[in-house]
Amino acid sequence: MAKAKGDIIIDIEKCKGCELCVAACPQDSLAQAKKVNAKGYLYIVKVNDECTGCTNCALVCPEGAITVYRDTGKKEPVAKITNVKSDITVTVKE
Amino acid sequence: MKELKLMKGNEALAEAAIRMGCDAYFGYPITPQSEVLEYLSREATKRTGMVVLQAESEVASINMVYGAAGTGKKVFTSSSSPGISLMQEGISYIACAELPCLLVNVNRGGPGLGTIQPGQGDYFQSVKGGGHGDYKLIVLAPSTVQEMSDFVQEGFDLAFKYRNPVLILADGALGQMMEKVELSPQKERTFEDLGWTTIGRRKGEDSKIVTSLNLKSEEMEKINIHLQKKYKEIEKNEVKYELIGCEDADYIFVAFGLVARLCTKAAELAREKGMKVGVIRPITLFPFPTDIIREYASKIKGFMDVEMNAGQMIEDVRLSVEGRAPVEFYGRMGGIVPTPEEILVALEEKLIGGAK
Amino acid sequence: MSEKMIKDEGLCVKENIVYAPPQDAMYDVSTHYCPGCGHGVAHRILAEVIEEMGITNDIIGVAPVGCSVLAYNYLNIDMTEAAHGRATAVATGIKRVLPDKYVFTYQGDGDLAAIGTGETIHTVNRGENILIIFINNGIYGMTGGQMAPTTLPGMKSTTSPFGRDVAHVGNPLKMTDLVAQLPSAYYVTRQSVHKPANVRKTKKAIQKALEYQKEGKGTCFIEIVSNCPSNWKMTPIESNKFVEESMIPFYPLGDLKTPNGKEG
Repeated sequence: MAKAKGDIIIDIEKCKGCELCVAACPQDSLAQAKKVNAKGYLYIVKVNDECTGCTNCALVCPEGAITVYRDTGKKEPVAKITNVKSDITVTVKE
Repeated sequence: MKELKLMKGNEALAEAAIRMGCDAYFGYPITPQSEVLEYLSREATKRTGMVVLQAESEVASINMVYGAAGTGKKVFTSSSSPGISLMQEGISYIACAELPCLLVNVNRGGPGLGTIQPGQGDYFQSVKGGGHGDYKLIVLAPSTVQEMSDFVQEGFDLAFKYRNPVLILADGALGQMMEKVELSPQKERTFEDLGWTTIGRRKGEDSKIVTSLNLKSEEMEKINIHLQKKYKEIEKNEVKYELIGCEDADYIFVAFGLVARLCTKAAELAREKGMKVGVIRPITLFPFPTDIIREYASKIKGFMDVEMNAGQMIEDVRLSVEGRAPVEFYGRMGGIVPTPEEILVALEEKLIGGAK
Repeated sequence: MSEKMIKDEGLCVKENIVYAPPQDAMYDVSTHYCPGCGHGVAHRILAEVIEEMGITNDIIGVAPVGCSVLAYNYLNIDMTEAAHGRATAVATGIKRVLPDKYVFTYQGDGDLAAIGTGETIHTVNRGENILIIFINNGIYGMTGGQMAPTTLPGMKSTTSPFGRDVAHVGNPLKMTDLVAQLPSAYYVTRQSVHKPANVRKTKKAIQKALEYQKEGKGTCFIEIVSNCPSNWKMTPIESNKFVEESMIPFYPLGDLKTPNGKEG
């Protein structure tokens, strides 16, 4: 039985790089980026595709910077992001 | 049909609070004003549902007042000198947050634990600060049990008009003595949403905050400038005093509270001896009746300031007089109440004798 | 909801959200709290409960002096700032005149267990129908790391630079245990927010406490054993390890008083 598919979005401008989510993630999916945000924090990014949407990261996040998604079977995915090896830079539109 | 009753000052004040529809009282026992808490504990809740709570200290009392006043309810507390000292931090917070409420100080002899007899040694504390920072309380000084009763409604009216704490500065004798009081009819307790209060976030509006903290200096200065403007308004509009026999006076007593009545008697005795003496009784100690005193300063031979302290209001009298006439002082301390006779002797020796 | 949190493609579509941060009871701003500080988690789960219970417009919070004095900049509910130590007295004043509203305090260890000890004990003893949230991180955060009544024996701080010397300053004060003995304390519990499972439990405790308040049951008291990475001079991950390995053995988690009288 395959693991549930999940994903998260991190508000990198709110993130303070405290790494509590990194420690909480059972899939080791998170790590500090090599770049800083506008406040100078090394924000957190996803580093693999193993996310199960367990919400552990969001639960421990002091900034409320994480939204968690899980494949609830309600909608067909239109894209699949694989082989994530380098940092993903998310440009935030206001 | 007037409703008249012979009442003790503290109880008349408590009864007045019930009748004007006060919502809550938080207090702590201390002589000579425990009757306020006791009377309210017996009478208030069953008659109007008013909250009456004996707190664990004056520090707790004033903070309960702060919390409740932030909702816009009519709340008050009372204490006596050492207890009022404990409340100073809370009073400063209330003044900065601009919360309407009533405070009552039944002044006893001090400093320190002092005595339980009357005193007026808290004038500075009441009028000049007491708590930290640039703030003012509106201070009302009753001199009769009737005024102890009347000033409750007046105090609340001023408090809500200006969003400022109001202090009734009475003394131990006024609190304990019994006089005839005309009581006002019972009003219903009403509650108005004042718009800025913390009563639960209002639909479609930002949440409200009651605070006195502002870490940005520029903002904090703006708040202070606003407060000072408010105090100027109060000084312009709310000065209250009583003149007794001043029209033809050569010498004028300046005294507040109970002492003003003693000076009125002393002035009578002086007139019997052929001296023309009047009394100026400040009723509001803040705002101080500077203008009327200044007016008389150019017309008379001298002022006699009489207080139950080492000389506190006299500084404001001197500031008002600005050197235009002599200002002499007579005072008793430690809880002693001067007699009209000794006040007259002081007038003769210090002021009239000196002027000759 | 801020639009940047929805990619609207792949998995990240509205229908698949299993967790989103509070939208209404919290402002969408960065807090001033240090990275990894438990205050952030506590505020967030409190806001979540308030939103989920639908009481955003019926609740008033009291935030006294401490790192969290600015909680009113983060929680979008009516709030009153209080003098140091006096939060429970202020809350008493509010609750007594507005008994139909939810009222809570959110206090640190200096506030509740040092300067406010008198108010804390008497408020609980009177059974004031409020929720007291007590963030215990064994140190004075806001003022730069001085010893608190709850600082552990041997723990260093700026005023116990050689470690808390019990012979000199006494033992840490276990306020929650003291308060649990008072008859009018209805629900007293000690929780933490350093691990996901604990975050869930603490959130449940807050919800329970607010439900009890609606039923008029008496004082609810929730201690949250938390961290202070900055003043403990640790990284956030190290500080939560310290919570697990040192704080919690001294301040054990669990219910100290529940309505049915047994350990929960």
